[in-house]
Amino acid sequence: MPIVLIVAEQQPDGNLRKASLNAISAGKQLADKAGAELHLVLLGKEPAKVADELKGSGAKAVHLGAAAELEHYLAETYAPAIAALAQELKADYVGMASTAQGKDLMPRVAARLKSAMATDITAINGSGADVTFTRPMWAGNVFAEVKLTTPVKVFTVRATEFAAAAGGQGAAEVKTFAPKVEASKTKFVEFKEVKSARPELTEARVVISGGRGTKGDFKEIEALADELGAAVGASRAVCDAGWVPNDLQVGQTGKVVAPALYIAAGISGAIQHLAGMKSSKTIVAINKDAEAPIFQVADYGIVADLFKVLPELRQELAKLK
Amino acid sequence: MKILVTAKRVEDPESKIKVKPDGTGIVQEGLKYKINPFDEIGVEEGLRLVAKHQGEVVVVSIGGKEVQEQLRHALAMGAHRAVWVNHTGPLDQLAIAGLLQKVTEKEKPDLVILGKQSIDDDQNQVGQYLAEFLGWGQATFASKVESLESEQEKNKVPAVTLTADGKAVRVVREVDNGLATLECQLPAVVTTDLRLNQPRYASLPGIMKAKSKPIEELTPAKLGVDVTPAIQVLKLSSPPARKAGIKVPDVAALVDKLHNEAKVV
Repeated sequence: MPIVLIVAEQQPDGNLRKASLNAISAGKQLADKAGAELHLVLLGKEPAKVADELKGSGAKAVHLGAAAELEHYLAETYAPAIAALAQELKADYVGMASTAQGKDLMPRVAARLKSAMATDITAINGSGADVTFTRPMWAGNVFAEVKLTTPVKVFTVRATEFAAAAGGQGAAEVKTFAPKVEASKTKFVEFKEVKSARPELTEARVVISGGRGTKGDFKEIEALADELGAAVGASRAVCDAGWVPNDLQVGQTGKVVAPALYIAAGISGAIQHLAGMKSSKTIVAINKDAEAPIFQVADYGIVADLFKVLPELRQELAKLK
Repeated sequence: MKILVTAKRVEDPESKIKVKPDGTGIVQEGLKYKINPFDEIGVEEGLRLVAKHQGEVVVVSIGGKEVQEQLRHALAMGAHRAVWVNHTGPLDQLAIAGLLQKVTEKEKPDLVILGKQSIDDDQNQVGQYLAEFLGWGQATFASKVESLESEQEKNKVPAVTLTADGKAVRVVREVDNGLATLECQLPAVVTTDLRLNQPRYASLPGIMKAKSKPIEELTPAKLGVDVTPAIQVLKLSSPPARKAGIKVPDVAALVDKLHNEAKVV
């Protein structure tokens, strides 16, 4: 039986990165279509910590590879360990969520397996040996259906396009293995976390983003985010200017989000920003410029100053409670 | 320091990309072409490193003779010489990384700097494939702590820094929830993220000088690389269009729509 191997990811704080569950559900869909068995792998110093969260995901087995050398993620140490396991299991597909780690790691795994790879898949088509992937190109202006023709096929998953797999208890068998550890020419120095009390951008139900129109003043955006329990995002221009941390950037080259409600305040709507939020369920645009391209994708638009609209919106929304 | 940088030819990021009705490609008419913006950031970083530590920046591109335009652009920015791998027809990331591996083995640079992705394919793979093929360390998504409006940026200080012994580079990477710092032994592969630097404009003297800088021509056959694609692109399509929205007169109308129509608040 063909094997689909999905790589789950532990955050620096030891918790499971939620996007892993979306990648696992893509893996399950792929396994069903290809008539394959789903396996998961988790590497780290203490991967057993989150193994329980993966048992109910519909996988046949969860492979845990623990090693002191794997404490800090490095592509050079993780890639040999995953490639060796994939070879041992005779995996036909190896995939992971399109997180920063997924994007860094999977091409290196693919290179080791002499395999072709599809990045950021948004759909799985066909069945059996004829499975193909759909993936975005040109900042989401084009979607391509691609077929990988190497014996092993590698991919990363755009998390917002697949529902999260169920976590918790289930039938998956937890197995430990000794990961292949290779010396690395790269040394981990440090990780500086940008801490936020708000929900993760890619996981939030509501996202409020600010653009150049804020002139760097995010107070009203943050106040509205607090009212709605929303995540705060930003356009590339305001991240480049250093007004807000880089990891708030929504766009093709930043985070791709698909919340139930996306509010764009003072964002003109450059192609590369639209690519990062076009899949949101409901989009609201607030901009002084009636001609701003953001209005072309917005369900509801207000042509007005965001500094007038946002406080009013916050007060009106508070009344609904 | 010897630094190899890449200069892929891509559609201008500002241009409107349309899919041909039969789904076999994109409409080429009226499109303008540029150096991949992420590669341009790589060229800039290479130039800054060489300005500080001496050395040479060699730029490489793969494609038909039209890619000489992008090579000349990098040469006009200040790169010293160029390598052109002459090939027409589709290439996948395995093939591109294979070609770059051979060019790297020939040139023996201390550092290869590539864009993290090209804005046409958006695959984000070649740098990582190349590092693995070469058995080198990798630092992808290179960024910096300072903003693009900082003094460091105005003074064109390289964000990729050499360690005191000169045997490794220290790279700040943009990752989920923060910034990670790595130290890669040289030689190494670095891929650039958006906020690594603001690339310079080519000056008029730079453009004049670029005309006489050498471009070496190679081919996949000369490099001994089989470039038969392992990725088949079966069909291109446009994303589903969002239905046209409406403009609402005021906040009260907006809240009413969000509450009663979209039911999201």
